[in-house]
Amino acid sequence: MSAPKTLYDKIWDAHLVHEEDDGTSLLYIDRHLVHEVTSPQAFEGLRMAGRKVRAPEKTVAVPDHNVPTSLDRAKGIEDEMSRIQVDALEKNAKDFGITYYGVDDVRQGIVHIIGPELGWTLPGMTIVCGDSHTATHGAFGALAHGIGTSEVEHVLATQTLIQKKSKNMKVEVRGTLPVGVTAKDITLSVIGRTGTAGGNGHVIEYMGEAIRNLSMEGRMTVCNMAIEGGARAGLIAPDQKTFDYVNGRPHAPKGGNWEMALEYWKTLFTDEGAHFDKEIILEAADIAPVVTWGTSPEDVLPITGVVPSPDDFTGGKVEAARRSLDYMGLTPGTRLQDVEIDTVFIGSCTNGRIEDLREVAKIMEGKRVKDGLRAMIVPGSGLVRAQAEEEGIAQKLIEAGFDWRMAGCSMCLGMNPDQLAPGERCASTSNRNFEGRQGRGGRTHLLSPAMAAAAAITGRLTDVRDL
Amino acid sequence: MEKFTKIEGVAAPMPLVNVDTDMIIPKQYLKTIKRTGLGVSLFDEMRYDTDGNEIPDFVLNKPAYRDAKILVAGDNFGCGSSREHAPWALLDFGIRVVISTSFADIFFNNCFKNGILPIVLPQEDVDKLMDDAQRGSNAVLTVDLESQTITGPDGGEIRFDVDPFKKECLLNGLDDIGLTLKNEAAIGTFESKYQAAVPWS
Repeated sequence: MSAPKTLYDKIWDAHLVHEEDDGTSLLYIDRHLVHEVTSPQAFEGLRMAGRKVRAPEKTVAVPDHNVPTSLDRAKGIEDEMSRIQVDALEKNAKDFGITYYGVDDVRQGIVHIIGPELGWTLPGMTIVCGDSHTATHGAFGALAHGIGTSEVEHVLATQTLIQKKSKNMKVEVRGTLPVGVTAKDITLSVIGRTGTAGGNGHVIEYMGEAIRNLSMEGRMTVCNMAIEGGARAGLIAPDQKTFDYVNGRPHAPKGGNWEMALEYWKTLFTDEGAHFDKEIILEAADIAPVVTWGTSPEDVLPITGVVPSPDDFTGGKVEAARRSLDYMGLTPGTRLQDVEIDTVFIGSCTNGRIEDLREVAKIMEGKRVKDGLRAMIVPGSGLVRAQAEEEGIAQKLIEAGFDWRMAGCSMCLGMNPDQLAPGERCASTSNRNFEGRQGRGGRTHLLSPAMAAAAAITGRLTDVRDL
Repeated sequence: MEKFTKIEGVAAPMPLVNVDTDMIIPKQYLKTIKRTGLGVSLFDEMRYDTDGNEIPDFVLNKPAYRDAKILVAGDNFGCGSSREHAPWALLDFGIRVVISTSFADIFFNNCFKNGILPIVLPQEDVDKLMDDAQRGSNAVLTVDLESQTITGPDGGEIRFDVDPFKKECLLNGLDDIGLTLKNEAAIGTFESKYQAAVPWS
């Protein structure tokens, strides 16, 4: 009998085309997701070398980063450079025979939302995209990572990626989550524990009762931020929930292929006794609703906490914390719940799915967005938007005072007009609180959709459990 | 890709930890469809004020470091997004070597694809080089990839590790795609076998 393998080992082995003596490997890629920002130079490279896309049927393109989210966006993109990038993607997709979902297609949305939604993302696959949040797809037990533009060109030309195998890391979340604590709180708490470099060189497999109990949407939120902990990929073994989610999606296998796929997918788990190079264990009962206070996703604290002092840290983090606090305009010792906000952003590949919107609607029941607050909801895809409208959620959220927008990456990174002004403070369900991320001088507090809704009601960072 | 053999140049100190790719090159510059021209925007928000004037305190604005070819950086340099615009901007500015105790994986890989050598060293070595870098225009380091050594201004030598395959590619300026296509037959064989076993992929 062969040695016990982790889930990562199994997927890796199934896609290994070639391995050199030094471990440099050629890995076969099942799905290549492409967006407008990190691909134009790659297509240009192909053209210059006279190369084709090796497997256009495994390649999917969608504009998401630059697209406006205003309701009248059908009239076109005003910003010339953004328009050129989106037009270039459309032309490249057409020239190279790649499936393309344009801005006017209801299936358009954030690449990491539409992949799973349309059944392009399947268990056991290798999935890459020129975007670090490709880790999202790991929720299906797919090995999914972000790549640079040179690698995008490499995958387009060869359908393979040159890789060295990462190490295995296990993150186990034991027990059941307390009320008011969600997938976002899990993933932020893990990063708070490991730091943003804790996963460097590793692929994380998330496991344990609290992970099993999450919906597919919740699992996507957890894996999405694996990269924020430094890991290139996050994985969760597929189970019945996964299969039920996938079944019937447009690009999911059908008929005999479905049966065959299911049989294979059921072998995708970590064997008893498999080796992990690093292990982290969290008790779900210890996880609270959290928010970030600084400019790194590792700057995480329970909402009941206070703004830390640089002196609470050691080494290079002392200066980093001082810089963060200055940028964020926060004074050590301030209760996080006393921090007033100007804006709420709900959306992104981390939290722009239907379940996130349902959660927000539930918290908003009978309540309103505080007067004067800017509160926007950007559904992750046209289909999420349509479903929320069908379920009556959209109407409730609009009546509660939210700005209900079209799908895209939006204020998660502000490549489109959705940006923070200098000093503007935002409670955001996105994934990065870096300096300038949501707009130069903008101040980002990362939190869950439930916590964002709570903040929208009170106008300050708020413990959702108190509402 | 430009070959990398030996680089001699001024090293600029940037001790801040967790320098992320948004700091290296902010989003507004990702709208380009070219690889070049990003050097002027490198570290944009740390380097210029909102009116576009240089911030004199920023290391690369100081006379001694304006032509730096080497960056000595704090832990976990290049964390965040996969944007290859980050190494493109460094390269366009003239930076060919970044030295730190650790790098984010994607950034690390992206460097090698663009003729930039990221070097991982233990804390004590980085501390020493950071001290050297503080000496301004006297902070000249020589990085020799062939012998895998860094020679400091005082003649002291530090050895570094580098992946043999990546070293080969850098030394010869090799194109990854060209290399991989030498294995095209293997890809074809794998593909037909795989497609039969996993027909839904």
